[in-house]
Amino acid sequence: MTLFLLRRAGWFLVTLWLVVSVSFVLMRAVRGGPFSSERALHPAVEQSLRERYHLDWPLWKQYLQYVGPLDWSAQGHRLVGGDGTRPWGGLLALDLGPSFKYRDFTVGEILAQSLPVSAALGALALLWALALGLPSGILAAVRRGTRLDLALRLAATLGIALPNFVVAGLLVLVFVFGLGWLPPAGWGDLAHFLLPSFVLGLPFAAYIARLTRAGLLEVLNQDFVRTARAKGLPPHLVLVRHALRASLLPVVTYLGPATAGILTGSLVVEKIFAIPGVGTHFVNSALNRDYPLAMGVTLVYTVLVYALNTLVDAAATLLDPRIPLEEAG
Amino acid sequence: MTAAWRARLRNVLALALLVPLAALALALARRARLPRAELVYSNGSEVTTLDPATVSGQSEGRVAMALFEGLTVKHPETLAPLPGVAERWEVAPDGLTYTFHLRAEARWSNGEHLTAEDFLYSWRRLLEPETAAPFAYQLWCVRGAEAFSRSAPEEREARWRDVGLAAPDAHTLVVELARPTAYFLALTSFHPLFPVHRRSLEEAQRSFPRRWQSEWVRAGRLISNGPFKLVERRVNDRLRLVRNPEYWDVGAVALRSLDILALEHIGTGLNLYLAGEVDWIDRVPATLVPELRRRPDFQAAPYLASYFYRVNVTRPPLDDVRVRRALALSVDRRTLCAAILQKGEPPSWSLTPPGLAGYPRPEMRHAPVGADEAAHAAALAADRAEARALLAAAGYGPARPFPPLEILFNTSETHRDVAEVLAADWSATLGIEVKLLNQEWKSFLDSQTNLRYDLSRSSWIGDYPDPNTFLEAFTADSENNRTGWRSERYDGLLAAAGREVDAARRLALLAEAEALLLEELPILPLFGYVSQNLVHPRLGGFHANVLDEHPPKFWHWKERAR
Amino acid sequence: MSARGPVHPARQAWRRFRSSRGALASLLFLAASGLGALLAPLLPLASPRVLALEGEARAPRLELGGPRWAHRVSIRLRLSEPPRSGELLARAERLLVANVRELTGARPRVLRHGPGAAPEELELALLYRSELDPARGADLEARFASVLASQSGPDGLHVPGGGTLALARVEVTAQDGYGPLGALDRALVALRHRLFGFFQLGPWLGTDAKGRDLLARCVFGSRVSLSVALAAALVSVLVGVGYGALAGYFGGRLDSAMMRLVDVLYSIPFLFVVIFVITLLGEYRAELAQLGIGRMTAFFVVLGLSTWLTMARVVRAQVLALRQAEFVRAARVLGASHLFVLRVHVVPHLLGIVAVYLTLTLPAVMLYESFLSFLGLGVEPPQVSWGILASDALDALNPLSVAWWLVLGPALFLGATLLALNVLGDGLRDALDPRLGRNA
Repeated sequence: MTLFLLRRAGWFLVTLWLVVSVSFVLMRAVRGGPFSSERALHPAVEQSLRERYHLDWPLWKQYLQYVGPLDWSAQGHRLVGGDGTRPWGGLLALDLGPSFKYRDFTVGEILAQSLPVSAALGALALLWALALGLPSGILAAVRRGTRLDLALRLAATLGIALPNFVVAGLLVLVFVFGLGWLPPAGWGDLAHFLLPSFVLGLPFAAYIARLTRAGLLEVLNQDFVRTARAKGLPPHLVLVRHALRASLLPVVTYLGPATAGILTGSLVVEKIFAIPGVGTHFVNSALNRDYPLAMGVTLVYTVLVYALNTLVDAAATLLDPRIPLEEAG
Repeated sequence: MTAAWRARLRNVLALALLVPLAALALALARRARLPRAELVYSNGSEVTTLDPATVSGQSEGRVAMALFEGLTVKHPETLAPLPGVAERWEVAPDGLTYTFHLRAEARWSNGEHLTAEDFLYSWRRLLEPETAAPFAYQLWCVRGAEAFSRSAPEEREARWRDVGLAAPDAHTLVVELARPTAYFLALTSFHPLFPVHRRSLEEAQRSFPRRWQSEWVRAGRLISNGPFKLVERRVNDRLRLVRNPEYWDVGAVALRSLDILALEHIGTGLNLYLAGEVDWIDRVPATLVPELRRRPDFQAAPYLASYFYRVNVTRPPLDDVRVRRALALSVDRRTLCAAILQKGEPPSWSLTPPGLAGYPRPEMRHAPVGADEAAHAAALAADRAEARALLAAAGYGPARPFPPLEILFNTSETHRDVAEVLAADWSATLGIEVKLLNQEWKSFLDSQTNLRYDLSRSSWIGDYPDPNTFLEAFTADSENNRTGWRSERYDGLLAAAGREVDAARRLALLAEAEALLLEELPILPLFGYVSQNLVHPRLGGFHANVLDEHPPKFWHWKERAR
Repeated sequence: MSARGPVHPARQAWRRFRSSRGALASLLFLAASGLGALLAPLLPLASPRVLALEGEARAPRLELGGPRWAHRVSIRLRLSEPPRSGELLARAERLLVANVRELTGARPRVLRHGPGAAPEELELALLYRSELDPARGADLEARFASVLASQSGPDGLHVPGGGTLALARVEVTAQDGYGPLGALDRALVALRHRLFGFFQLGPWLGTDAKGRDLLARCVFGSRVSLSVALAAALVSVLVGVGYGALAGYFGGRLDSAMMRLVDVLYSIPFLFVVIFVITLLGEYRAELAQLGIGRMTAFFVVLGLSTWLTMARVVRAQVLALRQAEFVRAARVLGASHLFVLRVHVVPHLLGIVAVYLTLTLPAVMLYESFLSFLGLGVEPPQVSWGILASDALDALNPLSVAWWLVLGPALFLGATLLALNVLGDGLRDALDPRLGRNA
């Protein structure tokens, strides 16, 4: 187990480095600059902005400056980097730099403000997803082929097929303007959460329901379940103790990246409900060519995906003892 | 794997589930709900910065107008300059020297006195290229300012002595212009010329050499001189402003607090407005305009902005002015405005929008538009017949079909709608196969700047009510030209207008320049913008005007009608 | 299970599949939608692109066709005074029709505009042909006018059998309902004209704010949406399943390395990749066109690439579990090759999860397409897709005026397709599952 975690940590650094390097080059290879606008800047003004953010440097120099082992900036100390108090700066010192678009904020500040919002919303959405998805998936599998199964499947299909802004629009019409129970948008207390988290969680609930049903059906035909049944265990015990655990494997595998996605928010839900989360930045930073912010959200996502996938692999051995942990790594 | 490890693993997994829940609790606890401000309005997406010198967008300008104040203030309805930090001013008869008398009671939000030195510092900062102020060139009308902006850092000090700005005493600011600038007083109420607080700015630069920009405008640290001051800011959420007790005219400011929301989605703004959580939204969903126009709280007024298409005149066959004219003539502007845009946009055959006082606005040649449907149809038919003839004269016909054209536009439903209508018009009238190419904003700008397009959707918003703000974009060396078109005569006319003291003669010169532009047609004029405000019926001091600027200083709640 | 030959189970699976009525219906439905998308120009639909600017979206009306036929060339004759009798008018119309047939070889349809007994305008409508389009330089107007002049006197057109019809103005207008088409589509349109003539379905799903028929747009939109889905499905099955199965089956270091690569690819900001690829394609448009690679082809590939990662992870986890199963071990011990084991024992067990996962991915991909299209990174108007139609309806659900039909059309098409995919996926899984065969 320790070895497993250590090896994963080592791989993690490699992954992170690869992601940073590839993204760094990719972002700057994309056409269009961070400072262009309908009203073009005077060339001297644009030049001055490029100098301020070191965009006038060659790419390798910008890269080393960003990662941080060396520092060529006016405030830096060549070769030792950092600001004189630390041996290095940049990423190595967890400094993500300033945002090009939101110039009153550093990337660190933006993430610090928006991540908790998205995480809170995502957590609630995840609860919705599990609370709705698991039971209906199990029910559909157990009552396979009945009308209930069909209805649940239909609901799940709708949950996936309806774009989330349509669901959001319908819910706002009903709960905000029809019944007057909830505020239309905004951020502050729990009432603000309910609709957006439901909208965010709905497709995930549908996914989970489908995967649970499929996984359970797969397992219900397997030998160990048959054996348990033959031994005369009551059906619900067979279901919970034997079948369900093994059938959750695809669900859990799916949940890893899904959780990373759900915790980092969604552009559409955040826009429609005016929620200052981090999901907006994934899209807007790319569209604004805000390289530091784009890199910041990329890093957050990388860390989350990696951590969750590691957890998932660990969980896989718990759910299915036949998978050894070392193999899972 | 041992059983102990398995149990430990289980704990880890339980923890993993708990972490997000803890985050939820934490976020809820930390973000205690701010009670609603006295007035809430939606300001589009998050502003780039609060620093008034370095921004160019309208939403940034609106925030700056609440936090800061210039020498003059715009009248909320007429936009005429009212006394601001300057209580009065004199203009020399040659129109070149302005003397501003600053009021003694003008103060910063920390109680310090605001003096003429503050303006010298702020305007010098605006002019310095390191500040990277997009509107620095607006101040180049001041003697020596352009040379100062273009000078190297080491000769900066010497150049500064030649700049026509002086403060004979703490409350007098003398400005000497290089050329008479009719709109200079209007400029003094424009946000780049607002004063900034020197001490706090320099302190931030010293303490935070790497990120002073994000430090000096932080809530709690930002010192401003306007009717409101900043108390809280959440990125992508809101700016909370409260009345500035140190403001010289605080008695006239009726609102105690102001929330400026960053709302990206127009539909959300509408929902919040309809639910009474927001009192003013400045954009509405295009599809709902027919519905909204029936409401008394919807204000759509002409707005100093034009919508047009840039033509890449370096690309054949668009280098032929007959082709450009044929394209411009075959568009049914009236139907476009009435059926697609629907907000009452005026069809336009000019670059400048209507509503510029005293300006003899020229139009491109076209059949006179009648009042009724039949006259309109006849005029359009005549224009289209001429368009077909022009295209034939340019050598295109059944034997030599016109090559396909591409309309480049940036991501937006309205731009797409307009492009679809134009494509249909051109295909039906001229038989031209028109392709639509949608690009996201930055790629679009890149294509436009590097002339990688045939026709591209464009618009221009005036900074001050004067034709110059539109026409100067199309001089040969303007970075906003982006058409490849250049005309020495055009540049000469604009330069002559810049030197002209007499207001009427100056406008006539500008009109001559615009007429030339509309003869050559590097742009295809389409329509003028209208503002689209949904405003709470009880909000007083809010008026529709051509700049769509609404100084919050004058806002107040009207008594509920009984 | 080793007793069965390789052909036998396929036939058995087909028999099982056929016995599931839902799955069979779904298969037929999907085949029909695919065919419908392919043959869209053949169907008697309104034009998906011609604008009718009335300023408002209109709700669905259940009517069979009408005079809104968009794909036509019209010769409009303005009458300067009403015809003296209906009988005279009928005879005049016969003459005009004969004239048009003479000139174009096609029989026009006569439409009367104005009050019933005394029309103010006659319209001779022909099915659209580009050689008749005045915007494309056709001189039909002049030729027709000269024919009329030869048949007219000072008091108007001489109608055979006595009487005259006073004509004020002749005008030819054309509306190209399809725009530029490929060879196959041109043939389909021609066939449609022969089969259906002027018949066209009414606005069963309503019209959008620009007066375009939503049913037509949904059907034409299915071309893009179904292609996107097909491309995504192919890539994620071919790449995702192969990659995941390999990693899971061999395990160990190979598995670790392969999965870490997936982690990296997961994290690289995909939007930058899309912008990069699309702009790159824009730059080398001409060169790529020579190779037969259009913007759309590349777009499909890019979309497909976004979908295989999760598929690979899901499959790998399943394979990891499978390869510990007794029957796989037994097969290996008995000396079966890796390939054989993968093919016979591993892949069939994956079908269930793959089918389910696909039915989950496809809608996401179809909606993602609309997101990219909206950002200007996907398909261009006048081409549409269900996703674009759905996002056009973004503001349709609002408290002021609910244009529900804007949502209904795309949701109906999207939902029905997905449901069919779902049921089909389940049916396939049941049919192909080797264990079910053993015990059913």
